[in-house]
Amino acid sequence: MLAAVKAMSAKFKGFIFGDDFWRGIISIAAFLVFWEAGSRSHAWSGFAFPWVSQVPAPTAVLQEMFKLVQEPSFWNSAFLSTLRVFEGFFAAMVIGIPLGLAMAVSRTFYGITFPVFEVLRPIPPLAWVPASIIFWPTQELSIAFVTFLGAFFTVVVNVIGGAQAIDVRYFQAARSMGSSTWDIFRRIILPGTLPSIVVGATVGVGITWAVVVAAEMISGGGSAGSVGGAAGGGLGFFIWNSYVGGSYTQIVAGMISIGIAGYISSALLRKIGQWMTPWLSED
Amino acid sequence: MSVQPAQVQGFSSTLQPVRKGAVRIDDVVKIYGADDTGILAVDHCTFEVPPGEITEVPAGSLVALLGPSGCGKTTLLNAIAGFHSISSGSIYLDDEILCGPGKLKAQPGPDRIVVFQNGALFPWKTNIENVTFGPIMQGAMSRAEAYNKAQDMMADAGLRDLVHNYPGEISSGVRRRVEIVRALMNNPRILLLDEPYRALDSLTKSVMHEALLEIFYKNRVSIFFITHDLEEAIFLGHRVVIMTTRPCRPKKILDIDIPHPRDYSVLTAKRFRELMDETAAAVHEEAIKAFAAGEKER
Repeated sequence: MLAAVKAMSAKFKGFIFGDDFWRGIISIAAFLVFWEAGSRSHAWSGFAFPWVSQVPAPTAVLQEMFKLVQEPSFWNSAFLSTLRVFEGFFAAMVIGIPLGLAMAVSRTFYGITFPVFEVLRPIPPLAWVPASIIFWPTQELSIAFVTFLGAFFTVVVNVIGGAQAIDVRYFQAARSMGSSTWDIFRRIILPGTLPSIVVGATVGVGITWAVVVAAEMISGGGSAGSVGGAAGGGLGFFIWNSYVGGSYTQIVAGMISIGIAGYISSALLRKIGQWMTPWLSED
Repeated sequence: MSVQPAQVQGFSSTLQPVRKGAVRIDDVVKIYGADDTGILAVDHCTFEVPPGEITEVPAGSLVALLGPSGCGKTTLLNAIAGFHSISSGSIYLDDEILCGPGKLKAQPGPDRIVVFQNGALFPWKTNIENVTFGPIMQGAMSRAEAYNKAQDMMADAGLRDLVHNYPGEISSGVRRRVEIVRALMNNPRILLLDEPYRALDSLTKSVMHEALLEIFYKNRVSIFFITHDLEEAIFLGHRVVIMTTRPCRPKKILDIDIPHPRDYSVLTAKRFRELMDETAAAVHEEAIKAFAAGEKER
């Protein structure tokens, strides 16, 4: 136990003082300096930096964000988007993992379902927005559905690929040692597919964030959107609203919030994934 | 009298029937694909892993199946294990039929455990979880019993400190040892080793050879192993079956009359050198044929 704590603190120290840490700091700092200078260059020297000069400076965005985090309506938007991401992602996992496993395990089932799956898969989730608004009774459900689609196909494809890539010798060994079909599913197929499920989930949640924001923009922020104003539904709607209202700093602040939220979700899933697949961690 | 013609029946008939680890391969043919157009991989193979001899304990012998790469040795091993079917012939384990006319594919079972060429420890299980897998699956032992026995056997094999590691965290030589312990935990009648030492460097290999002999002396389980290393085959085996290149068939069956227990001093013994000399030509001849066949295919 003590050794583990020591190892962890050594790892942390390694991270703080390691090369990668400083490279990260330098990279972010350089990016911010470039951005700040670019967006203020017109005011300073009369030279308008292409593209960057149109973007609000990071200091201005930071001020905006500082204001925003004190506003409940911003947190409400963030909460709504997070909820939709979670709903869609959760549904994608709950439906996608069993479906992918069934497709990998049964040739018959694979033969029946795969053609339909392959036709639907290339359709971009956003192309589903109008249809899902028609299909589903509430805006909330249509957004969640589109979000679900974003993660669903990635999860299924990864599960199928992962399960099919399991070495045939594991099955042979398990059979020799007296495993039943159920044992083989539970003790070989499931753990053997787990790393791919983790990859699918991590990639899927990123797509989910991309999709939820676009869906909110198109559908007008979901059920809460009808109330109007920045208090409406989700970060996507928040950005769209800021655009309509002409607040460019708010647009960028909203974008960065999504970036941070996406990063946190992926990092969280990676951590959960590492915890679930301890045999893959290199020490 | 060490060299026998290929078709000679073994000496099992002279002993009383034993229940441990004698395998008889009787006129086995394996064709991949259709009977008339397919590829003949195994051509009327007949030989035997004899039951125990030399000692009073009638259990187990070490038999090496030696032949060039890709000659069909693994096909035979898979047929014994029950992973693949045969096309005709029959295979017996202790006079019980495993597969034969009417049932061309044997049922895999814990009485015949394969140790695979590149290893097949489950990477998602710790070493001890791997080792206890068989007995728990078969319901042969309770979890606690299996863990106790595994602890003991792993300690015996010098794996005490690696019990809770994952296979991915240990070297390939050590992995092989864990896998053999996993196999032995099933109390098999015969271990089937598919070129178990192929991927190992020669130093590790020499240690592993002695370790295998030690396992054999301790557990008295038949060991049937595939190799293309003549020295290894003669050093370890009671019997060496030299196979022809595709299709594979016994070319020469050699009973090694060097007494067990053996250790590395055998490698420099006069009898060992004689046996090497006697067989090297036959092995070399097949290697050349295999090489020529490979050239043609390209």
